[in-house]
Amino acid sequence: MRKDILSDKIVNIAPSGIRKFFDIVSEMPEAISLGVGEPDFDTPWKIREEAIYSLERGRTFYTSNAGLAELRQEVCEYVERQYDLHYHTKECVITIGGSEAIDIAFRAILNPGDEVIVVQPCFVSYAPCVILAGGTPVYLDLSVDTEFKLTVEALESVVTDKTKAIIMCFPNNPTGAIMTKEELEPIADFIKEKDLLVVTDEIYSELTYGSRHYSIAAFPDMKERSIVVSGFSKTFAMTGWRLGYALAPREIMRQMVKIHQFAIMAAPTISQYAAIQALTQCDDEVDEMREAYNQRRRYLLKAFERMGLDCFEAKGAFYMFPSIQEFGLTSDEFAMKLLEEEELAVVPGSAFGECGEGYIRISYAYSIQELKEALSRLERFITRLREKR
Amino acid sequence: MNLRNEILKLMDKNGRIDFQDMADMLDTDLETIKKTVKEMEEERVICGYTTLIDWDKVDVDERVTAMIEVRLTPQRSYGFDKIAERIYNYPEVKTVYLMSGTYDLMVILEGKTLKEISYFTSNRLAVIDAVIGTTTHFVLKKYKEHGKVLTEPVDRRMVVTP
Repeated sequence: MRKDILSDKIVNIAPSGIRKFFDIVSEMPEAISLGVGEPDFDTPWKIREEAIYSLERGRTFYTSNAGLAELRQEVCEYVERQYDLHYHTKECVITIGGSEAIDIAFRAILNPGDEVIVVQPCFVSYAPCVILAGGTPVYLDLSVDTEFKLTVEALESVVTDKTKAIIMCFPNNPTGAIMTKEELEPIADFIKEKDLLVVTDEIYSELTYGSRHYSIAAFPDMKERSIVVSGFSKTFAMTGWRLGYALAPREIMRQMVKIHQFAIMAAPTISQYAAIQALTQCDDEVDEMREAYNQRRRYLLKAFERMGLDCFEAKGAFYMFPSIQEFGLTSDEFAMKLLEEEELAVVPGSAFGECGEGYIRISYAYSIQELKEALSRLERFITRLREKR
Repeated sequence: MNLRNEILKLMDKNGRIDFQDMADMLDTDLETIKKTVKEMEEERVICGYTTLIDWDKVDVDERVTAMIEVRLTPQRSYGFDKIAERIYNYPEVKTVYLMSGTYDLMVILEGKTLKEISYFTSNRLAVIDAVIGTTTHFVLKKYKEHGKVLTEPVDRRMVVTP
């Protein structure tokens, strides 16, 4: 057998840091978890009901490559209503989750040698997608000093004449950081000044607490430079439906749809019909979920405060990103020890980029009762660590 | 944020919710929660606390839930209220609602045998002057009560996901 059966490009990409952790936790049936990156709520029944109805009606054929025209229309109306974004249905593609949208966005815009600034800490797939698309990721490490918000100063430190695009995600996974319109404006100006593109992952845009989400694509002259990635998973608790979308100017979208057409064909039809219900009928359900997340968020903040665990106030998504630097362990060691000693799973911050080292990601997609039990384990654990030191 | 409403919404879902937890969730302090709940108890906004029980899982004697539709002729100057009072004062009556539609009162009896319920209907309800007629329905199975599905919820998510 020949030795070179595999692609060097993919072999050289390290597997997700979460993966190995997942394998260990799976062997521990008693372990409880704060490690999940998906809502604990069930998909609202009216959405599930619509999917059942679609099946009964025999809507099991392919849709057009870009997705059902009716759904794309609703997506365009939804983003106009919520974020003042103006897109035509021809500037929208329905994808297999936000993940596919990220992949096809990079494949549509990158040439060998193009650099993409990957704003970290971030979701695990950005840099691998850049590499697979032939680009070069350049990591920009954010810190707690700016509450994990992106600044122009930080961008200036990594931008080169090869920089083609920036990928960023606010509200952020794993930090829960958000960026306001005022904070985004200088970033948008910088992007225009340097003639860059931005891939903006806004999958958590409905989950902000205390202020409404603002999209960087909504600034004047930013639409032509933006690829907006979003989806149904987090807002409508539809992770398993695998449905997302991307919005981009026609020139870029034409290429994205081409890739989508060859690689995927079309997103699942049943999910697409159900998603129309989500966009048009579920405002109350989304409000209710948001309110529940916010209560849990406040609950965690108070609990961390009492434990003396250092954590900035995250105002988005459903994550907290407390610092564990006082314990003198790496994130990996901390998470592993916590799992062994208290059977509590959290995700080490280092899984989301080097600058996540010294932090753990805590998800609050759990009921208060579950959070309470998990927090009592966490508190026991850190009390022991402090006693030893 | 209307604190009273927020407290009531949380307590409606979980009557045993820890007050400190509730204070944290609503970004206020324990004393405020205690005070507000006490006020609402005194004003009878909060009228009591009960437990949601799936009696089918408990090994006790037969327990029947009956829903009785009662049609009435209203009494001069009292309307339906006086008649409702005559009915709801029986301790075996769990719930009484005044209804719109084809009947006037919904009377729910719980935890009784068939025999006791038929006795109640014929000897207590039907004999009231204003009562024109009754229709009794028996509950065969309870699927959901007070917003809760009576089977155990399962978290099917994987333990760690990105």
